[in-house]
Amino acid sequence: MAEPDVAVIGGGLVGSAIAWGLAGAGKRVALLDEGDIAFRASRGNFALVWVQSKGLGMPEYARWTRASSDAWAGFARELREETGIDVAHQRPGGFSLALSEDELERRDTTLKRLHNQSDLPYEIVHRARLLKMLPDIGPEVVGGAYCPLDGHANSPRLLRALHTALKQRGVSYLPEHSVDAIEHRGGVFVVKSGTRTIETPRIVLTAGNGNRKLGEMVGLDVPVRPQRGQIVITEKAAPFLNYPVVTIRQTDEGGVMMGDSLEEAGFDDRVGLGVVGTIAERAVRMFPLLGSLNVVRTWAALRVMTQDGFPIYEESKSHPGAFVATCHSGVTLAAAHAKLLAPLIAGGGLSDDFTAFSAKRFHVPPAA
Amino acid sequence: MFRRLPDLADTASVTLTVDGEAITARASDTVAAALLAAGHAACRETAVSNSARGPYCLMGVCFDCLVSIDGLGNRQGCLVRVRDGMRVETQRGKRVAGR
Ligand SMILES: Cc1cc2nc3c(=O)[nH]c(=O)nc-3n(C[C@H](O)[C@H](O)[C@H](O)COP(=O)(O)OP(=O)(O)OC[C@H]3O[C@@H](n4cnc5c(N)ncnc54)[C@H](O)[C@@H]3O)c2cc1C
Ligand code: FES
Repeated sequence: MAEPDVAVIGGGLVGSAIAWGLAGAGKRVALLDEGDIAFRASRGNFALVWVQSKGLGMPEYARWTRASSDAWAGFARELREETGIDVAHQRPGGFSLALSEDELERRDTTLKRLHNQSDLPYEIVHRARLLKMLPDIGPEVVGGAYCPLDGHANSPRLLRALHTALKQRGVSYLPEHSVDAIEHRGGVFVVKSGTRTIETPRIVLTAGNGNRKLGEMVGLDVPVRPQRGQIVITEKAAPFLNYPVVTIRQTDEGGVMMGDSLEEAGFDDRVGLGVVGTIAERAVRMFPLLGSLNVVRTWAALRVMTQDGFPIYEESKSHPGAFVATCHSGVTLAAAHAKLLAPLIAGGGLSDDFTAFSAKRFHVPPAA
Repeated sequence: MFRRLPDLADTASVTLTVDGEAITARASDTVAAALLAAGHAACRETAVSNSARGPYCLMGVCFDCLVSIDGLGNRQGCLVRVRDGMRVETQRGKRVAGR
């Protein structure tokens, strides 16, 4: 192909959504990705399109999450029209459940603060009413926090729909193209992968945990680290969970997903029986009939995490034209990345609204 | 379609029901073998696309012999020995959690 207008580096959910949006804005796009052995959060996540816990301490992130949640239905419709693939997006609202009054109260306190900060709509639903919404809760469930903006989707299908659409939109997808070096000469980026070089005026780093290393090549500080999460999946069952719960959801095909743990384990995506057991035990306390289902799969995957858990969106000062986009909720934010962020990158660059997402926030001078 | 091998010493037979209808089987049969011998080549419909499936590998790896046995769904018929009075039901689509 002719040299691209933009090279997007990393073909997970973040890179794919942005590449889709860039192509939609008329750009010639190359999407470079590693091969099948890569660590990919996008292939191992929980698939919530989640609002209720996002952005305490950073109103911009709460707003951004909400914008994505609002854009999701239209985004899913567009993908279906374009590819025939239904990514099974639903927004019935979602719950976090509490197994003690104490837990419920803590949840309420957090959400009240988020409500005061960002006008988050939510309500605490006590057991009697909860039983009408989630009839299969166990005797220990005292109540839950419900947010009407929460939803979920089918994440592997989302990645497939995006890649199908990318092909149709003429994006050149290059698997087995791990980028080893990026040089900047006279306003042009020279992106090197093995013996191949691509020259382009604009690049977007969307390599997940690979962004740290790539960022250094273009003057971007991207302090992300892997954080492991484990997930347990049951056989497919007739629908019984009417709402996604933050740690338990039933997929459109009937399997129940349970998860997800938060573990600092470096680049190690192995499953451990201890964690899996705890996940299953808590899930069965919340919904005892889960105990009758067979587990058919377990897996672990690595999140892409910053110190404060918020995303980084930034253009390099020293290497203008080089952007980074990274977050730990790539399913939730897929619609925002595709519909809101990509057009900015295709145009003049990030607006002032994105200043808060700069990694500069991690460089607070130590107090005297 | 399936015919039993010429009879050996084992002639003891048991009666079980398949979707409420009685069938007889040999005491040493698995549920899957009994279903095949009784002419039930398809014992379930798949959970997502509802296509017909029946016992295939007969050794516990393909999961195509799933049936409900005595009220518990998604059991592998090829790994369960028949019993007198057993209730087998063919499964249409997804199993119901708790059953
Ligand atoms: C257990 C778990 C549960 C989760 N649950 C949810 C959830 O419910 N909702 C939600 O919104 N999010 C969830 N997430 C987070 C979500 O999966 C991630 O935010 C998202 O997948 C990140 O996508 P990404 O494209 O940035 O990274 P990745 O999926 O990791 O993709 C990065 C890509 O970059 C490529 N790459 C790396 N280095 C290079 C290089 N040098 N050259 C070329 N390519 C490179 C890799 O091969 C990979 O394909 C969860 C994550 C985990 C692990
Ligand atoms: S026939 Fe294959 S698992 Fe039973």
